[in-house]
Amino acid sequence: MIALGNDEKAKYPFLTDAGEYLKDKGFSLVDFGTDPVLKLAVDKALHRIKVAAKGLVYKSNIVDGQASKDNVLELEVFSFLLAIVLIKLTGMSTLVKRFALAEARRAESYLKTDLGNASDNSKIDLATRIIYELFQIEVTKDNDFFVMSVSDYVKHSITFHEREWKLINRHVENGKVFLNPDKTVRLIRKELGNYINSKIINAPKPSMIPGLEGIVDELITISKDLTPTYTITTGEYPPCIKHAIEILEKGENLPHSGRFMLATFLLSKGQSVQQIAPLFKNAPDYNSRVTLYQLNHLAGISGSSTKYSCPSCEKLKIQSLCFATSECDNIINPLQFGKKRTNVRI
Amino acid sequence: MLESNIRFLENSFKKYYFDHFSSIKIPERSFEREFGYQKFNPGMIRHLQIKNENELRLLLIQNAPSDVYCSNAYYTFPNLPMNEKDWKEADLIFDIDAKDLNLPCRENHTVLVCNECNNVSKNALQCSKCNTSKLEKKSLPCKICINSSKTEVEKLKDIFMHDLGISKENIHVYFSGNEGFHVYVYNSQFQHLGSRERSELVDYILFKGINPETLGLNKSKPASSIFPNLDEKGWRGRFAVKAFGSKTKRSKEISKILKDKNISSTFQDLLTTVSENIGVKIDPNVTMDIHRIFRLPGSINSKSGLVKIQCDNLEKFDPYVEASFLSDDSVEILANCPVEFKLKNKKFGPYNDEKITIPTFAAVYMICKKLARIA
Repeated sequence: MIALGNDEKAKYPFLTDAGEYLKDKGFSLVDFGTDPVLKLAVDKALHRIKVAAKGLVYKSNIVDGQASKDNVLELEVFSFLLAIVLIKLTGMSTLVKRFALAEARRAESYLKTDLGNASDNSKIDLATRIIYELFQIEVTKDNDFFVMSVSDYVKHSITFHEREWKLINRHVENGKVFLNPDKTVRLIRKELGNYINSKIINAPKPSMIPGLEGIVDELITISKDLTPTYTITTGEYPPCIKHAIEILEKGENLPHSGRFMLATFLLSKGQSVQQIAPLFKNAPDYNSRVTLYQLNHLAGISGSSTKYSCPSCEKLKIQSLCFATSECDNIINPLQFGKKRTNVRI
Repeated sequence: MLESNIRFLENSFKKYYFDHFSSIKIPERSFEREFGYQKFNPGMIRHLQIKNENELRLLLIQNAPSDVYCSNAYYTFPNLPMNEKDWKEADLIFDIDAKDLNLPCRENHTVLVCNECNNVSKNALQCSKCNTSKLEKKSLPCKICINSSKTEVEKLKDIFMHDLGISKENIHVYFSGNEGFHVYVYNSQFQHLGSRERSELVDYILFKGINPETLGLNKSKPASSIFPNLDEKGWRGRFAVKAFGSKTKRSKEISKILKDKNISSTFQDLLTTVSENIGVKIDPNVTMDIHRIFRLPGSINSKSGLVKIQCDNLEKFDPYVEASFLSDDSVEILANCPVEFKLKNKKFGPYNDEKITIPTFAAVYMICKKLARIA
């Protein structure tokens, strides 16, 4: 574990052993239900969760990156610990996800400031050490930029769908990618969220703290209100699949990658090998035996029993098989086409 | 394929493997790789583990394969089914194929062979003999095809060395044995990358997905200084060289763009024009596939009868001299090859359904292209 100063404990409470900290200060979890001194921490924890549930980032009492007064530090660490305890007591996964994301974004803003702090090398060092310890990305400073290996960059950037994150939109030189502090930290936002998420999930579920039952019930109600969604499906095929079918109907050659897309799509939609096979009859190199063999293989009926899944839109774009229209609506896999999520509760 | 053709090809290939085995180098860490082979009868045998040169020699001589393959991936158990192999890492491989370069010469040396009756035609939608539309394209690549592929390889090597930090000795270029080149990258930081990450490298190399803003377009605050200079590293520098040509032209061109009311579309037009030739025309699927098996260096490509060999001097490399290893023994064939070609510095064809006697290496070339059969 990284050795943290007081400021850092308040900024990155997920890096501390908050339970130990609580013990060191002479408290135990049950005290939160009764001790009037800790009432402020309980309120803050509840506020912290509510803000996260709304999709916002909680503003702490840290001033200029410093938790100068002792009680600020205590409040920050205690409220973080208690928020996790309360969320665990609700058992609501929606709250876990939202809280983890909000805490990640909060930490992200501190990391950005620390990395961008040109006058304080110790802050830069700590921020780069956090990035290395948590995500094994070695970041070094080169003038105004932070530099990492191309392989580390792409491992993380592929989780972004925005074009600006593509490697080609970065300054790449001699096996390294050059980023400003903002982008360096943005790159790990998702993983930071995952890290906090897994910390919460892996924490043991505590017993109910007497006196906090009402708060837990309130959080359960909030979480239930947030729970979406049902899905409406139009049943129409996406343009890439329509295009592939058209090509085959015309008796033109559909490349192997196109056949793979079509077959895996239809298999995922519940069609059988026997239903799909006739589609390929017009292909210039049609061979019924080979077609059935390949379809069975993709369906996991023969071979390694792996059921192949439909390629992502990103992969289809590279293979020149994507013919996206506005109806695609930023889906990331053809199987999502025509499905609309709605927040109306049923 | 006709039985007599198969026998002839098998014997010719077997002789090559017998005479030239010492020049076939078994890949490093072969025991961690998956091997596979095809025979002239359809069907692929995969998931083989070959531990040493003797086992490879046995495979080649005993099975007389039409094609031999080896994975770029390293596995703990290469001989188990794919999902049990335990993938460890994979060399980075790029495929540059003349057929993907949209060259104007292509139609001069491409023919259509009917899958039903083997009739050979040019520019037809269906077979003139049996009316089927099941036609297969066969190309006999010319010098332009090979030279254009070499240019792409050089562009690729430039990106490897300057952008991706790959040292020269870890880049190996092979003639694929048919229409292009395979470029291997060993011991790089990319060995452990999965398919999705490799697709990012592919887009980078293809010059795909670039934002105009990356190249200096700023609609709200347009300024000359943010457009790339010719001496910049990476794609910005390459774009500047291609788009502007020289320093003076750069200033002129940028002033023109900045004066334009519709700055975005003017710049986008320039970008579209430059994009056509700036990226390296690699086959994206090959590089993204981390479970693929690739033609084994030193083995014969059954699409041509030529050998996949390493090119130490790419500039001077002539595949039709240096990759043709089959014997000169004469053989009588019935050839229907409307395109002239050159092998081992000898010209052959065109042949119009003719019975001819020619050296084995040329006969194999045409039979592999389905443009001849044993008489």
